[in-house]
Amino acid sequence: MAKVRIPTPLQKLAENQAELEVSGTSVKEVLANLEAKYPGFQERLYDDKGQLRRFINFYVNEEDIRFADGEATILKEDDELSIVPAIAGG
Amino acid sequence: MKDSSIIQAIGNTPLIKLYSVTKDLPKKVEIYAKAELLNPGGSVKDRPALRMIQEGIRTGELSPGKIIMDPTSGNTGVAYAMIGSALGYRVELVVPENVSRARKEIAKSYGAKLTFSSAMEGSDGAIRLSQKLKAENPDKYFMPNQYNNHLNPQAHYESTGIEIYEQTAGRITHFITGIGTSGTVMGVGRRLKEYSSDIKVYAAEPAEALHGLEGLKHMESSIVPGIYDPSQLDGVRPIATEVGYEMTERLALEEGLFVGYSSGANVAAALELAKDLKEGVVVTILCDSGTRYLC
Repeated sequence: MAKVRIPTPLQKLAENQAELEVSGTSVKEVLANLEAKYPGFQERLYDDKGQLRRFINFYVNEEDIRFADGEATILKEDDELSIVPAIAGG
Repeated sequence: MKDSSIIQAIGNTPLIKLYSVTKDLPKKVEIYAKAELLNPGGSVKDRPALRMIQEGIRTGELSPGKIIMDPTSGNTGVAYAMIGSALGYRVELVVPENVSRARKEIAKSYGAKLTFSSAMEGSDGAIRLSQKLKAENPDKYFMPNQYNNHLNPQAHYESTGIEIYEQTAGRITHFITGIGTSGTVMGVGRRLKEYSSDIKVYAAEPAEALHGLEGLKHMESSIVPGIYDPSQLDGVRPIATEVGYEMTERLALEEGLFVGYSSGANVAAALELAKDLKEGVVVTILCDSGTRYLC
């Protein structure tokens, strides 16, 4: 199980929870399982071509997955996956 | 007030005609962009920041020794930091920890202190943390409160709106710009409507809650700024992140304008608006420079 941190704008999709326990051993698997439990994440996180949208940042613990193995980045027990939005106004 | 300091360079920015990205528009439709990136603090935020600080000094609320403190996603913070340095006030900014490194470094170079809020909560987290800091130390801080201070739109009412009208020789027919605090669209819009109620004023808003248009706000999923009043606008038009990004790249490649993503989104929104016109003069805002987004 990995801990997934949900940004404020998406918490509505997950019954207003900021953190969820989701099973899976890679970023891709965890996001697929997240979608299965709370539909709506997939269309917001992926583009039409099935790629993670480039303006959303994903971190495993403190590391940006772009500098690891992207979607294939391995998640170990108790690792934390954060979905970090861009910063809004002002 | 040190009126001859760098603060005298705020405002009176050029209005730039866009030639290339507009080439498919009808001949009688023009788009202009107000180059707010050329303010000395590098963004449109110099104007409201100065106006709010000036008023604080005038009323005595910003007394010597008080610290200017506010939540910001970056550009207003840089503006506070620059103005604070020029006028001799300390500045503390409350920013989400994932704000771009360029903005952090620029603000620090002006001597500002940064306090970080959670990246997960975006700018709303910074708003909440700054309110807590102010409540704990009410006398220590002068908090301009940019999201709720009427002087934020007032700054644009008193300067940007007039400049745009005069720089287009009164020819402007449409104004559209993205909403962050909403200060620009509310203030410029009010001024333009006073010149002529025929001038249409639109806000552009990120199409989705989770978007990549840094600096812009998706209102439905955010703490709505107190200064935002959509009833004063002719409409709110959605803009997709990808469309804004693509235009940002085109502006650098085709117009010599290396600007930030919110500027790209603004021009894209202006272009979409212009496509439906037979003739008109559409004006939007180039909020900041692309260098703000380099790591």
